[in-house]
Amino acid sequence: MKTVLKLKNAFKAYGKTQVLKDINLELYKGEIISILGDNGAGKSTLIKCLSGLENFDKASFEIDKKTIDLKKYDIKTARALGLETVYQESSVGLEQEIYRNIFLGRELTNAFGFINIKKEQEISMNLLKKFLGLKGVGVSATSKVKALSGGERQGLAIARAIHFDSKLVILDEPTTALAIKEVQKVLNFIKTLQEHEKTCIFITHNILHAYEVSNRFIILDRGEIKADIKKSDISLEKLQNKLLTIANEY
Amino acid sequence: MREKYIYQISIFIILFVILSLFIVLVPEVFLQSRIYISYLSIIPFTMILALALTPLIIAKEIDLSFPSIMAVSGYVFAQSYLSFENSFLSLCLCLAFGFFAGLLNGFIVVKIGVPSIIATIGSQFLFRGLAMILSGGTALSIIEVKESFISQLFTGRWFGFLPAQSIWVIGFAILLWFILFRHKFGNAVLFIGDNIKASKMMGINTDKTRILLFIQMGLISSFCSILLTLEMANWWPTNGEGYLLLVFASIFIGGTSVFGGSGTIFGTFIGAIIIGIIESGIIALGLDGFYTRFVYGIIILIAVCVHAKMLRKDSNE
Repeated sequence: MKTVLKLKNAFKAYGKTQVLKDINLELYKGEIISILGDNGAGKSTLIKCLSGLENFDKASFEIDKKTIDLKKYDIKTARALGLETVYQESSVGLEQEIYRNIFLGRELTNAFGFINIKKEQEISMNLLKKFLGLKGVGVSATSKVKALSGGERQGLAIARAIHFDSKLVILDEPTTALAIKEVQKVLNFIKTLQEHEKTCIFITHNILHAYEVSNRFIILDRGEIKADIKKSDISLEKLQNKLLTIANEY
Repeated sequence: MREKYIYQISIFIILFVILSLFIVLVPEVFLQSRIYISYLSIIPFTMILALALTPLIIAKEIDLSFPSIMAVSGYVFAQSYLSFENSFLSLCLCLAFGFFAGLLNGFIVVKIGVPSIIATIGSQFLFRGLAMILSGGTALSIIEVKESFISQLFTGRWFGFLPAQSIWVIGFAILLWFILFRHKFGNAVLFIGDNIKASKMMGINTDKTRILLFIQMGLISSFCSILLTLEMANWWPTNGEGYLLLVFASIFIGGTSVFGGSGTIFGTFIGAIIIGIIESGIIALGLDGFYTRFVYGIIILIAVCVHAKMLRKDSNE
């Protein structure tokens, strides 16, 4: 199996609080892994450091066999290496048109920085039809994002990652605060990521959602990885018990 | 399509109604070209400021210091012209001041983190005070500047009747529209006003964009004060005063949202025209000049109520 991301001995502290302690993680092409853990387990810190929003204090970090220089690592570098993060709620501009959201930060421009609106709208329309399955009902590439439902907004961010051919997509709590019908939409979007052979890290509180789409589970607790289990080796019930046991250890 | 341009259409209708009213009530004034020529020479000052401020409002920022930046810039322009008698040099010095004044605002807001409404209240005092100290409170007359090429270029009467500033402001409006809605810089401005967190996460350099917006405002304020000083061939220590509220009124009549993330250049353009034609319209009607503000108030309140009503309908859909 092809390794997409390799992280060894990663540490991160805020002041005196050690948030991540010696994290080791290896991700393979086409797999969806869930990172599970209680509040304060270090999930979001891990994601921030992986996506370039913040940096590990110490780590040996490789994406696609390229060693990362931690000091120079930021969101732009991460994206250039094919790592895209979809944040809960906040990764879209609601008042802006759909096509602007898809191309934000990666606009199709001429040499003077002017945007090729026609081309962007065309590609966006294709993406909407093919990926989100939005046919008719008044939604087009020039609709504002606020016209989409919560699940569709997450789908839009995932579609964006697929269009820009990301190798690794990190989804930070994409199903939190969504209605049940919308959750199912998002889980289906995540499954399409696998069809496109993308690797995906899925952060969630909800073990049911995690179990439905993932191939592997990593349980994080107080900054340490406590378990790394394949789906084929564990039932939903046993996974639930395991989480409870780890949380009650102290 | 209809929904998308609803603000633009409604503001245009308001202008149409006001102008029709004036034409019906005082045809002897409003069916003559003279009044329109005079509008073309006066309205560009408010308009260019309102246009320049619109992207800041869209990015959820504000600049209250531009009238004071105008005062110092105008002083720099007039005084350096008196000293060196080189209008091009004066132009450069004046714009340089606008650049640094905008940079100072941008630095305080973006790098130090003071909310722009507070930072620019402070810098507005600073710059006005500077203008007073430098000038000693006395006006400067630069009547000779009328002969210069710069004066002809910016505020001359092209073809013998057309105030040049009206052409410059239209050019600026078109350029600004393209930058805001067709350039990646404008894209960044829209997203910063909408969701600054998302913009950062999508790799937009939000700090740089916001600082550039303040610099742009400083530069245009200086440019406007050059236009004003050239048109009047005089600089007063009160240069720029009185524009503050007219400029904001133009923007909000036009339909730009105070919540950020959306706005219209066309709306600001028409808004400035509405604000500009009311005063002389009132005088032409034979009413007292004291009515001006009262009528401004009515028009502004009607316009913002119409916008708010439409905004609510918009979000229900």
